[in-house]
Amino acid sequence: MILELFLLLAAALFAVGLFGALSQQSIVMIMMGLELMINAIIVAAAAFWFYTSADRPDGQVLVLVAITAMAVEMAMGFAVTTAIFRSRDVDVVDSAGDLKDAP
Amino acid sequence: MAELVVFAICAASAVASGIAVFVVDSMARATFALLASFVFTAVPILLLGLSYLGVLVVLMMVMEMMIMVIFMVMYMMNPAGLMPMTMVHNKAGALAISVGTFVALAAGVLLVPWPTSTAAPPADPTLALGEAIMGEKMLVMMLVGMVLFATMVASIVLATHRGRYARYGDDLRRKHPDDPIRGGVGR
Amino acid sequence: MGDPAPLWSVLVIPVLLGVFAYGAAAGSATLRAHAAGTPRASGIAAPARSAARLLVQRRRVVLGTDALLLRLGGTLVPVAAALSALVIPLGGFVVSDLSVGVVWFNAMEVVIWAAVWMLGWGANSVWGLIGGYRFLVQGVAYELPHMFALITAALGAGSLRVTDIAAAQQGLWFAVLMPVAFVAYLVSALAMAFWGPFDQPVGRDLAGGALAELSGVDRLVVGAGRYVLLSVVAAMAVPLFLGGGAGLLLPAWAWSLVKTAAVLALLVWLGHRLPTVRMERFTEIGWVVLIPATLLQALLVAIFVLLG
Repeated sequence: MILELFLLLAAALFAVGLFGALSQQSIVMIMMGLELMINAIIVAAAAFWFYTSADRPDGQVLVLVAITAMAVEMAMGFAVTTAIFRSRDVDVVDSAGDLKDAP
Repeated sequence: MAELVVFAICAASAVASGIAVFVVDSMARATFALLASFVFTAVPILLLGLSYLGVLVVLMMVMEMMIMVIFMVMYMMNPAGLMPMTMVHNKAGALAISVGTFVALAAGVLLVPWPTSTAAPPADPTLALGEAIMGEKMLVMMLVGMVLFATMVASIVLATHRGRYARYGDDLRRKHPDDPIRGGVGR
Repeated sequence: MGDPAPLWSVLVIPVLLGVFAYGAAAGSATLRAHAAGTPRASGIAAPARSAARLLVQRRRVVLGTDALLLRLGGTLVPVAAALSALVIPLGGFVVSDLSVGVVWFNAMEVVIWAAVWMLGWGANSVWGLIGGYRFLVQGVAYELPHMFALITAALGAGSLRVTDIAAAQQGLWFAVLMPVAFVAYLVSALAMAFWGPFDQPVGRDLAGGALAELSGVDRLVVGAGRYVLLSVVAAMAVPLFLGGGAGLLLPAWAWSLVKTAAVLALLVWLGHRLPTVRMERFTEIGWVVLIPATLLQALLVAIFVLLG
């Protein structure tokens, strides 16, 4: 068991999540991609803790922060989805393209 | 050796079920594929000796996915996937970018000389974590608490369409709130 | 610390859980027979009779079921209950004395959320789906008070290890030290097993709710799993709040069994005695009454521990 194996797993999860976040139209599916990407951070942080600084708690704290970020991402994501669906019946990001800044 | 086998199986299953999230038609199955991916990645975390964080990931993800499945079914046109339809844009581009990202990350993983440490992990990592967040890392914990509280308030403000004026009347003089469903404490 | 368990101990857990689950089912059938005015003795064999009937019953299948999720949900009910039982000590003996036993227990019983929703969704029936959603609402209502009750017991002992929590109650049972947490635990235990006043997810107004479309072996597995779950949450109350194996005369393992049987009997009786509570009403009670109450209880216990 070496650090590189864990980091490769994290990289693979991150890439899968990135694909989902970039390619999906539904807001909820994009959030699933984001969750996978944060999951990769959790694996990488835990592996870095174990292999480079197991005597210090920083890596564990980073995992805890990543888990919190995941919870916040989901709560706010669903709140925003509900808000935009309620006001303009939009459930895919392509229909919300006018939210971006005017060029 | 046994650990390596367990790691390999769980890592492969985690990535496979992660891919399945975006392949299956049924939204319920997609949610549970994501849950499976989280559970499979919790096993490597447990292998590292982080028993608390590993079990916490399982606990949180089961609850989170069960909330997620409500929204999945609510906001998808075809939640059961009985009439398969694709809801993707720029699939080729996304695939190219994500494969490129993986190759770049993997190259970095393999080429960078990572620092090595002989420091042994503490006897009880859970205790070390608890002492850290209640000691020198307390600022992190306080910030996390603030962020979570702000999230609760913000998500309720965004998601609800009824405020106190809808419940208690325009001049807030109504004695009992006008709720569609009565609660349990006799209001 | 419990003694390291020998390998055969893994077999003890399913046997004991089976006995307790059968006892709960028989007790429930007896109470039902009593309410119906039929001979009470018929309740003792009733679970065996209905199990035999379900075993030979032909499976009824609805068109368009999600068979994968349906079977998975049905299997997960007893499996999750048995997995959460791994950390429960029986006197001084425990199968797996994890250092994060309480968190493990919590993580495994939350799997019931997924199981019940899968059962409801997979059956492709409107009754099942509504039942599944009802259980999620109920879960959101009971889970936070439940977690705070577990944390308060861990706080009182200063450890997440279940045997440490049991050992910390040599002088004073936690049921006495933290009565609010104990009551919150019992309430959430009933809600978790969708038993008693919290049986709306499988309510009669929904023709059986999440279990509406189950038949044959599927129904047997889920029904037995529900009684196993009820036994597990009753058994966990013993090390958390009722002093584990502490008691006079009898050995520790016997006291654990006696206390578990008592808590289980109380839960079964409460389930028959109390009228059903609608889950949206219970949600407000859970959030407005139980969460602040359990938080205050945790604060008081924390002060007690600091002074202690």
